[in-house]
Formats: sequence, structure tokens, C-alpha cells
Amino acid sequence: MALKVVCYINQFFAGLGGEDMAHTGPCIERKAVGPAMQIDNLLGGDGRVAGTVICGDSYYGEHIEEAREKCIEYIRDMSPDLFFAGPAFNAGRYGVACGDIAAAVAQKLGIPCVTGMYSENPGVELYRSKTFIVKTVDSARGMKQALEKMVELGKKLVSNEPLRPADEEGYFHRGIRKNYFHERNGAQRAVDMLLRKISEEDYRTEYEMPVFKRIKPAEPVKDLSKATVALVTSGGIVPRGNPDRIRVSSAKTYGKYNISGIEDLTPEIFESVHGGYDRVWANEDPDVVLPVDVLREMEREGVFGKLYDYVFTTTGTGTAVANAERFGREIGEQLKKDGVDAVILTST
Amino acid sequence: MRLELRNVFVKDVQWGEKTEISGGVLRINRDETIAAVSNDQRFVEINLDLAKPGESARIIPVKDVIEPRCKVEGPGDVFPGFMGDPCTVGEGATLVLKGCAIVTCGPIVAFQEGLIDMSGPGSRYNPFSETNNVVLTVVPQEDIEKHAYEEALRIAGLRLAWYLADKCRDAEPNVKKVYEKGSIPEENAKYPELPKIAYFCMSIAQGLLHDTFLYGTDIKHVVPTVIHPNEKMDGAMVSGNCVSACDKNTTYHHLNDPVIMELYSRHGKDLNFLGVIPAPEDTRLSGKERSTSFCANLAKMLGADGVVISEEGYGNPDTDLCMNAKKCEDLGIRTVVISDEAAGTDGKSQGLADATPEMTAFVSTGNVNEMVELPAMKKVIGYPEAISNLSGGAEESLKPDGSLFVELQAIIGSTNELGFSRIGARWI
Repeated sequence: MALKVVCYINQFFAGLGGEDMAHTGPCIERKAVGPAMQIDNLLGGDGRVAGTVICGDSYYGEHIEEAREKCIEYIRDMSPDLFFAGPAFNAGRYGVACGDIAAAVAQKLGIPCVTGMYSENPGVELYRSKTFIVKTVDSARGMKQALEKMVELGKKLVSNEPLRPADEEGYFHRGIRKNYFHERNGAQRAVDMLLRKISEEDYRTEYEMPVFKRIKPAEPVKDLSKATVALVTSGGIVPRGNPDRIRVSSAKTYGKYNISGIEDLTPEIFESVHGGYDRVWANEDPDVVLPVDVLREMEREGVFGKLYDYVFTTTGTGTAVANAERFGREIGEQLKKDGVDAVILTST
Repeated sequence: MRLELRNVFVKDVQWGEKTEISGGVLRINRDETIAAVSNDQRFVEINLDLAKPGESARIIPVKDVIEPRCKVEGPGDVFPGFMGDPCTVGEGATLVLKGCAIVTCGPIVAFQEGLIDMSGPGSRYNPFSETNNVVLTVVPQEDIEKHAYEEALRIAGLRLAWYLADKCRDAEPNVKKVYEKGSIPEENAKYPELPKIAYFCMSIAQGLLHDTFLYGTDIKHVVPTVIHPNEKMDGAMVSGNCVSACDKNTTYHHLNDPVIMELYSRHGKDLNFLGVIPAPEDTRLSGKERSTSFCANLAKMLGADGVVISEEGYGNPDTDLCMNAKKCEDLGIRTVVISDEAAGTDGKSQGLADATPEMTAFVSTGNVNEMVELPAMKKVIGYPEAISNLSGGAEESLKPDGSLFVELQAIIGSTNELGFSRIGARWI
């Protein structure tokens, strides 16, 4: 029996347009559109794509409940056997939409769902436990390979064929431990691993130690009227021209910029270089992300003592946790050294 | 120290007129054999049964498994402190009935004993579905104290293992294997370039039927010490454990320790095997501190570059495991640990009760909580109703048709942390 397949893609891959069309609400095409056409080809005689659900990334992100509900309605209506979303590569909002709809379809319709993402896509950590997410490269240049892997895994899931471990199947593991038989016994694997460790060769532990990082919140500010307050953002607001060349995504650096004497972040002097959200309004008025204007007012009113003379900025999209931790530690140390009492962190 | 293991292959086991082996068939005179192990007033009745590979048979509840061995040359005898004087063993020659095992059976503590299926899906998970088993079941005196019962059954099992081997001591061995290794300075001089590896054999030492014996003494009273690997092959370490079945080291596992086999097979090739450190796992934090400090210090004094650390049990021994790994790594000695995981029946929980960032090389021997379905067997040796009390079992585990739905941990040796089998938990 040929499988009935439904796919989900965003406005861009549907050919509707880029950021300018990201507000597009959900719609359904009763045929294969964009990457879904390639999925249809890859299915060969095993199935066909009966429909493609399309939704703008901004719309999905900003109306997540409504978008999900509408998409589910379209999908349920076609009663598919298998569902694909994306692949989203390293596109954060698209990744979240793909993860969210795949997880919802899996839960509500009980059919196998597969999407695909790059390891640093925030959708991976959010949805890996709820849907199968195939590992892809960070951009659409890996479309062909991504779709092949997705279709292969999807077919396997529908056929109820027993799966190999996640690293062999090529998807992000869902946080579940399952017993398998290795080729060699535990003692043989242990001695091998030890010798590799001693000689500083690559080896792979079979169970990563769980890490519990708990950051103790700072004590509340005792007297706000005397406090120095700082602004720190992962929203990518930088002096016009991006003097420190902070990357638009997967940031490896952050910037520190003097705002003393600046009352308002105007588009003439600041801009957003963030690669993960619609920058139109942030570029019209950078204060919507980094609210210097409002804080100056409050400073004048005496709500707090002083606005710290510098802002720290990075782009929080596709940023590795290890880098983010380092940024936080270094920024925190400087703020502490300069006697800052409180920080407002803005994200996007 | 040089030890020759003379392996006589047992392909079948049958009742017979005379206890002997010929043509790979071990024949046992049942009455004489029962009489040989009956010299204990704590027993009212002793039974012997046979269970063979592929047979539709279940043995439940299992306490220990022992490989029949006896000394044929050299000082002392196997299981020193029990069958022989507690003098150093590991020298000379030892006869082994390979492919045969003694299984001791009987409810003692009634919740931490396991089962063996000789066929079906359960047989994949334990090595004793592949051995020709002689099952010793005893009925103890009424009101016998549990420790006395455990001791009596433990000694009867060792005696039976020695007795059967002794009856076959003149048999022509199928294979002779020599295990030879000199003193540490001698081996260091031979292999100056090779990484020096020690082995911590962590062993439950918690009292209340959670015990391990070294040369006949309970190791909870012993600080970690160094033994030659050959000593273990002659039964220097004996299980007195009624711990969760999946990851207790039976005496059979100690005799055939896979870590020792692997380190020996690579000794002089890509490593220099220093020796074995039996490491007690105490219940108390001070005991864990003491034991792990001794272990790490011994490794350092031996000049170890690396240590293989095997755990026994799960839960609080995870702390001993972490402390051993951390203390060695802090001294610059690299470690690998072998442990199972308790990741829940859904596999989604954190698998260890304790963790430390130094434990960067972890070999998993499986999730003990994974559910397995075991169909009914035609023959049941022992007490099938014991499943409701077994670790990993429950009241509803035993279904009316005789099948079982249990956690893997109910199967003896299924996630053995010496790394005896090939099973391991992986991410899905």
C-alpha cells in the first residue's frame, strides 16, 4: 500500500518570499510544493505527497497556538501515514516551527514524524524528545542529503522496522536509553577506551555524565534609587557598520559599546545584525531591542541611580552553549568590577 | 607466577553410575554427589537437578553460579579459605570443567536473587543459558538464621564445584592455557614503553548478605590490597552476594573475569598489566573515603598510568565509582569505568545515582530497568512464585500462563559490570 505523506514547509521554501512574507498565515496546497516535491520523488513507488502545509516563520512563532491548531486541522483532514517538516537547517524560527508541528502531529495523530535540523538550531533542544530530528548541515546546500535521510528514517518508522541507535540512524537522540548488543564485550571496550584515553587519541564515552549547572540568583537590589543598572542583549544591536564584526549567527564574540551621553538609539548610529529575527523594526528603532531611551527617562526620574556607560551585545542565534557561557562569565566579571548592581538582559 | 588452566570441555551432563567425564559427557552419580555436599546439619534436604542449553527450563531464584575447578598441581586448592587453606594460589595447574556450572538455588533474602532461562528470549541475556548446569537446591532447617543459610549454601556450592572437578582430575584436557606474569619490577623492565594498567575490582561489602570474600575473609573488614590476576582464577574471590541479580559478580564471573582476560591478552603487546585491586564498597561515606583513597594510592605507588574500574551493584556504589575515578584522575592516572545504568523502564531517567565530571570514559553494560517478556518454560527448577519478590519483578509479573514480564535486572548476570557480556545502553 502506498503511503500517504503530508509535508510542512515555510513561506520561503514555498516560494512565497523571504522575511517580507514571514507573516503569512497557514495554508494548504493539495500537492507537493518545494522540498516536498523532492520528498515525493524519493518516496518512489512507496508513497506520495498528498499535501503541503505552508506557514510563515514569524506567523508561526508569534501565533504558535493558532498556527499549530490550524496546521493540525489541515493535516488531520488528509489522514496521512507519515509526516515530514522542513528541513530547517540552522534557521531558528523555522526550526521551532518544524519541531513544534512535528511534535504536535506525532502526539495528536500518532503517526511517525520526521524533521531535520543543524545541531545548533534551537529547535533541536526544544523538540528532540518529542519528534525525530535528522541531523543536517547548517544551510540548504545540504537539502538533498537531508531529505534522503528524512525519507529513509520515515519509511523505517512506518514499517516498524527496529531502529538502530540514534547516532547510527543519523538523528538527534530523544534522551532515551535502550539496550543493544555490541560486537565486543564490555571489558574489551573498556580496555580499548582506556588505552585511547591514555594516548590522547579520540574515544567516545558510552554515557556522558549528567551535568547540573545551577546558577544562584544574586541578592535583590537593596536600594534601586542608588543602583547602577546595565543593559546586556543577545539581540544583535551594534553601532552602525558592526565595527567588531560580530557574526549574525553562531556568535563567537560579543561587543562592548559606550552609550554615555546617548539618549536614544537612532538608526543613524545603531542597527541590528541579528540573523535570526525580522530586523525591520529593530533597524527603524533599535530601542525596541535595547531600550536605552526608556532607561534614560527612568534614570532622570530617579527610579534607579545610574545607567551604566556601556552595553554588551551579541547575537543569540545558533550560538553554542559553551560560547554563551563564556560570554556570560566574562561580561559578568566586567560588570562586577565596575560596580554594576543590576542588569537587564534583553533577548529576541 | 605461572598458572596453567586445563580446560576439559563439557558438552553434556547426565545422571550416571559413576561420576566421571568421558567424550565430553559429564556423568554424575546423584546420590553420591548429594552425600558429598550434605555434611551440614543446617540442611534438611538437598536436591540436584540438571538444566541444559536450549532446554525449556527456568531456574529461580538463583543465588550463585560457580565453575567446577580443582587444583591439580601447585600449592593450595581452589577457593582458598573455603576448600583449601588460605595460602596464596595462582601457581601450578588447575583443572576446569569448561561448559559446566554449578547453580545454587533457594530463597534466602527473597528479593535480590535472580533467574536463568535456558532458552527463549531470556537466554540471550545471561551467560548461564549456554552452560550445562547442575542445580543445587537446599531446604534448610526451619528457623535457620539467614546468614547461616547463606553461608551453608555458599559453602555447599563451592564444595560441589570442587567435588565434580576433583572426580574428573585425570581427564585429558581439551585445551591448556598458560597465564604467566612476573613481579611488577620484572614486567616493568620487560616493557618499559608500555602503559601500566591496574584493575580495581569493586566488590559489594555491605553486610546483610551483600558480601564478597577474599581468601575466605569478608572483604568489608579488608582495606584494598593487590593480588596477582592468577589468584582470581583459582577462586581467591568468592561471591556471598544476594544483591540485585543483573549486576552482581557471581563466583563464576570472578573466576572468568573478562577484564583480567582482556588485560592479560594484551599484556606485553600494548599494555603492562600491573595487578588486581579488590576494592570493597562500604555503605558508609567514611568507608567509601577509606577504600577509594587506598585504591588511588595503591595505583599511584604501583606507578599506574591507567586503571580499569568495574562496579558491582548500582545506587550507592555509584558514589564509590565516582570517588575512585576522581581520586585517580586527580593523581594524573587515567580511568575507564564499567557500569550499568538505571535509566527507568522508559529509559528516560538519569542512569546513575551519582556523577562526577572526571568520569569521562564510561562503558555501559545496559539499562537494568528495561522490560523483558519471558515466555513460560516447561520445567521450573526452584520456586517460581519468588518472582514477585525479585528485584525487577512484581506481583503481577508472573502471569497465569507462566510467562513473566520483568525488568532485565531479574535475570542473573544480564548487565554484569565486569563487562562479561556484549550488552550496553545507547541513545535512541
